[in-house]
Amino acid sequence: MHTSPDSTPGLPRLAVTRSDDPSPASTVKDLETTITLSDVNFFYGDAQALFNVNIEVPRKQVTAFIGPSGCGKSTLLRCLNRLNDLIEGARIEGTILLDGMDIYGPQVDATDLRRRVGMVFQKSNPFPKPIYDNVAYGPRLQGIRNRAALDAIVEESLNDAGLWEEAKDRLHQSALGLSGGQQQRLCIARALAVKPDVLLMDEPCSALDPIATAKIEELLFTLKKELTIVIVTHNMQQAARVSDHTGFFLMGELVEFSDTKTIFTTPRDRRTEDYVTGRFG
Amino acid sequence: MRTWLKKILASGDLFVWASGAGLAMALMMVVGLLLLITVNGMGFFWTGDIVDLTLMDGTHVMGQLAGREIIPNSVTPDAPKGKGRIRVKIGNRDLYGLDFKWVDEDTIAAQAFPPNAVLLERREWGNFYGWIKAIHKGETPHTEGSDIGWHALLPLVDQANAVHARIDRIERVEIGAINAEIEQARLQIRALEMNTAKGQALHAPSMDRMQAAIAAAEARYREKTDQLDKLNAQFNEYAVVMVDANGQEKQLPVGYIVRALRPNAMGTPAKTWMYITNVWRVLADEPREANTEGGIFPAIFGTVMIVLIMSAAVVPFGVLAALYLREYATQGTVVRLVRIAVNNLAGVPSIVFGVFGLGFFVYAIGGTIDTLFFPEALPSPTFGTGGILWASLTLALLTVPVVIVATEEGLAAVPRDYREASLGLGATKFETIWRVVLPSAVPAILTGLILAMARAAGEVAPLMLTGVVKLAPTLPMDTTWPFFHFDRKFMHLGFHIYDVGFQSPNVEAAKPMVYVTTLVLILVVVLLNVSAITLRNRLRRKYAGAAV
Repeated sequence: MHTSPDSTPGLPRLAVTRSDDPSPASTVKDLETTITLSDVNFFYGDAQALFNVNIEVPRKQVTAFIGPSGCGKSTLLRCLNRLNDLIEGARIEGTILLDGMDIYGPQVDATDLRRRVGMVFQKSNPFPKPIYDNVAYGPRLQGIRNRAALDAIVEESLNDAGLWEEAKDRLHQSALGLSGGQQQRLCIARALAVKPDVLLMDEPCSALDPIATAKIEELLFTLKKELTIVIVTHNMQQAARVSDHTGFFLMGELVEFSDTKTIFTTPRDRRTEDYVTGRFG
Repeated sequence: MRTWLKKILASGDLFVWASGAGLAMALMMVVGLLLLITVNGMGFFWTGDIVDLTLMDGTHVMGQLAGREIIPNSVTPDAPKGKGRIRVKIGNRDLYGLDFKWVDEDTIAAQAFPPNAVLLERREWGNFYGWIKAIHKGETPHTEGSDIGWHALLPLVDQANAVHARIDRIERVEIGAINAEIEQARLQIRALEMNTAKGQALHAPSMDRMQAAIAAAEARYREKTDQLDKLNAQFNEYAVVMVDANGQEKQLPVGYIVRALRPNAMGTPAKTWMYITNVWRVLADEPREANTEGGIFPAIFGTVMIVLIMSAAVVPFGVLAALYLREYATQGTVVRLVRIAVNNLAGVPSIVFGVFGLGFFVYAIGGTIDTLFFPEALPSPTFGTGGILWASLTLALLTVPVVIVATEEGLAAVPRDYREASLGLGATKFETIWRVVLPSAVPAILTGLILAMARAAGEVAPLMLTGVVKLAPTLPMDTTWPFFHFDRKFMHLGFHIYDVGFQSPNVEAAKPMVYVTTLVLILVVVLLNVSAITLRNRLRRKYAGAAV
């Protein structure tokens, strides 16, 4: 057990489990945890990509996954909204609970799940449609046709993503005319428009310049008031800046999971220390 | 020496020259083809002067110049350049039996371009070249003399053309409608009779109503034929007496004349105007004289129609097939085999598709439709014979591989990012395909359609088995219900070329028509393609946004 970081006093008493740590899983109450992973193994055909991962993702905080390329952090992220279902031959073991509900359970519809667990991708991928239609895409899927209701959602989502001021005069122009950073914020707005509980971000800033990156990082601080955010990043400084909790992955194993301060200052595992101090990776 | 050769080969200069030469050859072939067809086709519309040749023996040959050549085997030591001969379109087929005549240049004593020589374009027997001698009204002389006759003739020809248009309208539209009505009623009576034979009680009131309808229609029909008789009498009221170059006289009813011209008296502006009129006539008129004269409008209409129906059939069909192959089917051996089969289908000779269309669409499906829905018309077939629908569907089958391949490529090129973004927002696979994938693939689908249209517009072989005819009495679209008649036979530019070029009794007269029809076919294909390409580019801009 670790103490919570100062920024969020009293909230996360989160359990840190390591794959090789036989200690029992957390005693954290459901209210404080959004996603609970227990003994998650993941396979691409015969190749195992994740080994016995156990994590509890705290509610309304930013959780970062770091690690070198190919360590399985993106794979884990995609397990959380079942985007890996689409890959032929992919197989998952163990359980992932979202607010206590097994997301791989037989009664769960993957499309419903993805409405609750939004995602922002590494490469900004707005649809080749106007900005407005991009943001309204999710709500329209849910059957919202009312123009005024859509207008309100679009404005609110763009506002939340910090893009409203820049985009309000060109809502009906193609989204592809935006700059890279704006496109990524549009993707965030698009994800927010379906009102998810969790937002998964897969290296959202890796293709952006420092200024655009800073804008998105700022955004995370406001978004986490409403949302649970899981972010995968290559960039350790970014993880240190934005996240409340950090998990370090290596070769498909969760080496260490703790509050960010601990990971970056006094990691328990030697490998974590080597990685965060830049000795490898 | 060897190092020198090696150096040349390694530098790649030879390769660059060879590939450049290949491109140049291809371009030259295309340009040469277009040039040949354009020059030969466009020349057809020019109204040449009438030349009056006086031969050594005192006889005359009059007509329009149609070409010149060196007499074969005339290049001898005496005449190293050979002797020339010219070909004259002498017309007057009812008098001479031939339209064209070769005249050796040696035998020509004099040539003149008499300004009062008249060219008469006739509904039958081709052109007449000669002078006007007199105009008769019935048996009594109306006017006399070349110039007076000419000025009297022009309004009469206009009048006759107006009467002809009315006759044509009565015969085709009005009597056609009455005939359709009578046929409809007759078929309904026959259906009633067939039901009675099956044991149902005869529904007497409807029987009576039908018979009354037939009687009424027949009364109207007689009215129309009376009208026609009167018009025909009017039509043949005047006759013009013509004299040919050798003084032979010929009396022609004015009704048979389409147009009277004095080409030698026309200046260049008048001839240019005539040129434009000629182009318009070919595009808008119906064929005459076994397709060698008149226009090709029904063939243009048929070609465009068949390509449009084909497109309407092939796009949904091909896109659905490609969607299943690319998006839903499990990628494996079976799908790979299907893909190979589809690709090979594109290489099957088109006549094979024609045979299939005949066996499957015409006999199997058409025959079944006839027994199910049109039993009263049997044994004469309604859909169980070649028609525009079956021909279009056969062409759709022929071109569907092109659309499938192009669509598959388009679907494969849609970035994975778009799909994941859509799925990540809670869209189902179907919603993702319908809202994101398919719109992005539309330009590729249209590319497939463009290729399909280009191929379909040029195919003739399968049409010959599935419903093309050399002369269709009616267009597949008219004012009688249901306006578009999918069961009708149709004309087609490609078949028209074949028919005029090979089946025409009047080879020389047919030749320019072949070039003109070819030119029009090329233009139609280009026009259809350009419109599809414009549409594709517009969509591409739309889906590519501002990205360069």
